[in-house]
Amino acid sequence: MDEKLIELLLGGVGETFYMVIVSTLSAYILGIPLGVLVYVTGEGGIRQNRPVNVILSLIINIVRSVPFLILLVAILPFTRFVVGTTIGSTASIVPLVVAAAPFVARMVESSLKEVDLGVIEAAKAMGSTDWQIISKVLLPEAGPSLLLGMTIAFATILGYSAMAGFVGGGGLGAIAVNYGYYRYQTKVMMITVALLVIIVQIFQEGGIKLVNRIDRRMKN
Amino acid sequence: MIKLVNVTKIFDTKEGSVTAADHVNLEIKDGEIFGIIGFSGAGKSTLVRCLNLLEKPSEGEVWFDDLNLTKASDKELREARRSIGMIFQQFNLLSQRNVIDNICYPLEIAGVDKKTAKEKARKLLEIVELSDRERAYPAQLSGGQKQRVAIARSLATDPKVLLCDEATSALDPLTTRNILALLKEINEKLGVTIVVITHEMRVVEQICDRVAVMSDGVVKECGTVSEIFQNPRSETARKLVLPERGDSVRTPTRDFIRIVFDGQSSYEPVLAQLILHTGLELNILGAGTEDIGGAAYGQLLIGKPDDEAQVEQIRSFLESKGVSAEVVSVSEGGSNG
Repeated sequence: MDEKLIELLLGGVGETFYMVIVSTLSAYILGIPLGVLVYVTGEGGIRQNRPVNVILSLIINIVRSVPFLILLVAILPFTRFVVGTTIGSTASIVPLVVAAAPFVARMVESSLKEVDLGVIEAAKAMGSTDWQIISKVLLPEAGPSLLLGMTIAFATILGYSAMAGFVGGGGLGAIAVNYGYYRYQTKVMMITVALLVIIVQIFQEGGIKLVNRIDRRMKN
Repeated sequence: MIKLVNVTKIFDTKEGSVTAADHVNLEIKDGEIFGIIGFSGAGKSTLVRCLNLLEKPSEGEVWFDDLNLTKASDKELREARRSIGMIFQQFNLLSQRNVIDNICYPLEIAGVDKKTAKEKARKLLEIVELSDRERAYPAQLSGGQKQRVAIARSLATDPKVLLCDEATSALDPLTTRNILALLKEINEKLGVTIVVITHEMRVVEQICDRVAVMSDGVVKECGTVSEIFQNPRSETARKLVLPERGDSVRTPTRDFIRIVFDGQSSYEPVLAQLILHTGLELNILGAGTEDIGGAAYGQLLIGKPDDEAQVEQIRSFLESKGVSAEVVSVSEGGSNG
């Protein structure tokens, strides 16, 4: 393997990390409030509100139903508006966040649903405001589950980022497409795929280990 | 202290509406331990949740001192809730916080600074005798310890009232007794009014001053524990007081005398004295008594002699000992079992 290829791949790994990490964090910045909102307005929630809940749910479902490649192309004008270009890693972040945020919102919602309703009731009985229940009870109690969800979101966004390579995105996906697919360099293709597998593996396993460390529900 | 006026709670379900509380009127006095007893589904948990408005009554008023909680603003209600502690059957501790941080939670949300909160929490840990488990997480504690932490947490904001929703139902008998003793101590030493929801008569016997018997959302009767225990008027109260089939004490199939121990000294051999004094051959049909701190609680069922004079003899002897007794004829009291 020549130095050029190694350099190319290292650059790809760096770009992939950049895209996926920034996208995951941004998706959570949008997804956590959205997920909390869906949860608290849901049936039996602390701020039950059917119209808001139905509308949010509908938006989430619609965005989640659109295949990522279609979404990617469909929002190109929006992408250009936000970052000024439609090619490269930074441009990929926009569709990645748009696609991942509703998915993250659902993950957050399902993590919050795991929180014992009795604990919420106790918090209410102690005179907590709704905001205190969300910030001091719901989110911390769901913490380990949220973190586990984040590792899943990370792997999903990594997969999406590789797809973005097809339409001018950066990172390992772009390398796999440009060298492996268009130029028939099977070796490059294999290596990029292997690298993607390794990255997912590291984050998934690392995430699970971290969750086990911070989760106080287990006896240790 | 707490007054319920015509409190009604109706739940709308898919199968129609369910009345969990039906025009309940109750007054809980300052400093007492008040029990609400009933079988499951009687509406007691709903009723206790109406006391701090976790459930909003469909009708009626809830008064906490001079504040009408049913009309209070959100802010007033939150402040009132700081004066109304609550503990639960499932403890409901924050699983991701350790013991001391759990106790600090109510102080934290009330805006008390960290240092003061910790000091207060440590004092409370001493009261519930868990000072050595300060850094433990709920998952590392036994049920009894969790309930102690929950009690400490509920006391953090110096409440006037403590609501206990089946607080001992998930605990074994010995732990139950210890937790009840702790509640009694809190009532006596800190002057906290306590409301106890339970389905177990022995919980009421051990700590309550007065009790309300509930069934189908209705308070069937209300009075001092000894009144209800010795002379249950409603069918529900009779069922709760009289042993049921399948219990350690079965309701006999023939007429019997029910002797009720209500805190008399357990060191005095009342039954042996009764036999020696009357010279009668008495037949024990069933018994369920407990020795709680040197006082006897529970009941003893003995066969009723056919001779009325002998019944009278038994009755007058027991009366002289301060033990109450009633004759139960099976044909009329047949509702039990």
